[in-house]
Amino acid sequence: MILVIAEQRDGKLNRATWETVAAAQQLAGGMPIRIAVLGAATGGVAQELAAAAVAEVVVAEHPALDPYTPDAYAAAGSALIEAAKPTFVLLPHTYQTRDFAPLLAARLRKPLVTDVTGIEGTGAGATFVRPMFQGKLAAHVKPQGGTPALVTIQIGAYRADAARKGSAAVTKADVQIDAAAIRQKPEPPFREAKQAVDLGQAERIVAVGRGIKSQENIPLAEKLAKAMGAEVAASRPICDNGWLPMERQIGSSGQTVAPKLYVALGISGAIQHLVGMKGSRTIVAINKDAEAPIFEVADYGIVGDLFEIAPAIVAELEKS
Amino acid sequence: MKIAVCIKQVPTREWQPRLNDAKTWIREQDISYEMNEPDAYALEEALRLREKHSGEVVVCSAGPARVQTVIREALARGADRAIHVEHDSLGSADAFVLADALAAAMKDEQFDLVLTGLQSDDQGHGQTGVILAERLGIPSSTIIMDVQIDPSTGSGQAATLRVKRELEGGWFQWISMPLPALLTIQSGINQLRYATLKGIMAAKKKEIRKAALPDGVQPAQQIVSLAVPTRSKQTQMIGGSPADAAKELVRRLRDEARAL
Repeated sequence: MILVIAEQRDGKLNRATWETVAAAQQLAGGMPIRIAVLGAATGGVAQELAAAAVAEVVVAEHPALDPYTPDAYAAAGSALIEAAKPTFVLLPHTYQTRDFAPLLAARLRKPLVTDVTGIEGTGAGATFVRPMFQGKLAAHVKPQGGTPALVTIQIGAYRADAARKGSAAVTKADVQIDAAAIRQKPEPPFREAKQAVDLGQAERIVAVGRGIKSQENIPLAEKLAKAMGAEVAASRPICDNGWLPMERQIGSSGQTVAPKLYVALGISGAIQHLVGMKGSRTIVAINKDAEAPIFEVADYGIVGDLFEIAPAIVAELEKS
Repeated sequence: MKIAVCIKQVPTREWQPRLNDAKTWIREQDISYEMNEPDAYALEEALRLREKHSGEVVVCSAGPARVQTVIREALARGADRAIHVEHDSLGSADAFVLADALAAAMKDEQFDLVLTGLQSDDQGHGQTGVILAERLGIPSSTIIMDVQIDPSTGSGQAATLRVKRELEGGWFQWISMPLPALLTIQSGINQLRYATLKGIMAAKKKEIRKAALPDGVQPAQQIVSLAVPTRSKQTQMIGGSPADAAKELVRRLRDEARAL
């Protein structure tokens, strides 16, 4: 059996859950799939997921599951796994599962394979594909050390609309959580600053990465953006250094965008960046390193010195 | 305040991957290594906390003899002493093995706070810190962007920890928890310092305690094969001089992609 742990907050389903359901259906090879919904008041989430072609949707509600804490989720996850005895436990690879899945695996002393982009084979003998070395290599790995194996699925690796539809029964599970054993006390989530720019609305984006080398060179990217009628954005290290404001960051910790044109200037293409932009219609990569992972998602690539190429593009655009 | 920082030595960002003959791991000859970037931020955060609250910073690393280079670098930046779990097999070990190895060497030290980077730039499991916390029996929180410690007042009131955790899409959340605790640190939490000449000289005299890999540590996954990833898109590479390449790119963006 495959157990999928859904992600929801305040009764709203994280869509990455559907992608994980699609991955589970591919992996199953005849094994039944059960989806577990955890929370205090999960509203219509279970009904929404009951439209999947799975055996069952189980709702495990407990007041201690809201707000989210790793200790409560690990306790509830352990209980569900003990009861269901699955072969695999699949979760979306989100900031939340990155927090509690390793804790759950450590407590159960069972393997955890994170950030999976593909599955080869079905059932117990399957191998999982995941990036290593910042996406420069893809590893095929097999979990070791008994069942269940926990697996987190990279956002965007499977299509939510590829999940087969059906009609599943919704049942309730009783989970006992000792609220006194929860060590983390969370405060309400907040946003740092108002988003002054909505990069999600930009038609074109010129994004800069480490290859720009220093803050003094940022105007080079701004000139290119102006010539293309684009907004300027950046990968995480640029915003970490304060060279551009955090609100212009693209990637898993920043904004997700899908403009008509995305120009990656000196961005190597760490997976955290790629998840924020790979849906763009046309992607141009300019990088000195021909092996940079950014070229894997690019439609057009130029290998070379961005300090020569960017001004040349500006000059070309100004000609006509 | 006794703070541990776990650091890993990883290939430099400029490194071009080359595989061993079996294609199950990288060719370790001629790789140049550096400190895993998120771990460097964890170290910096530990040094800042020591400056504020006094105490000591102990660098912990599990790996073959080569990791001494990054241990010395951390000592040169200001860490007080180090623990090195040394074994040749640790260079390619998974998160379970590394966490078990570190836990065995660290548990008697009774650290108040353990910091790690949120993930490594090599295998990138993003698990070692959290598994280590569970093995040490302490709470954890991950992807941390700020660390506040309210020291014990002495009247029986325990010191408390309040941390800012990054969520997706620009959201954050403050979380409190008791000490001791483990935090995985996000890159960019602070501005890194570099070693001074004085620091490099001082580091030579600092203690590095060697610890053995405990028996019976079991891996949780096996790398069946490694490969350069297959391209999901057919990328059209544009060559020539910068001016020629620029001209061709603009032409294709206008005529082919209709993106300009």
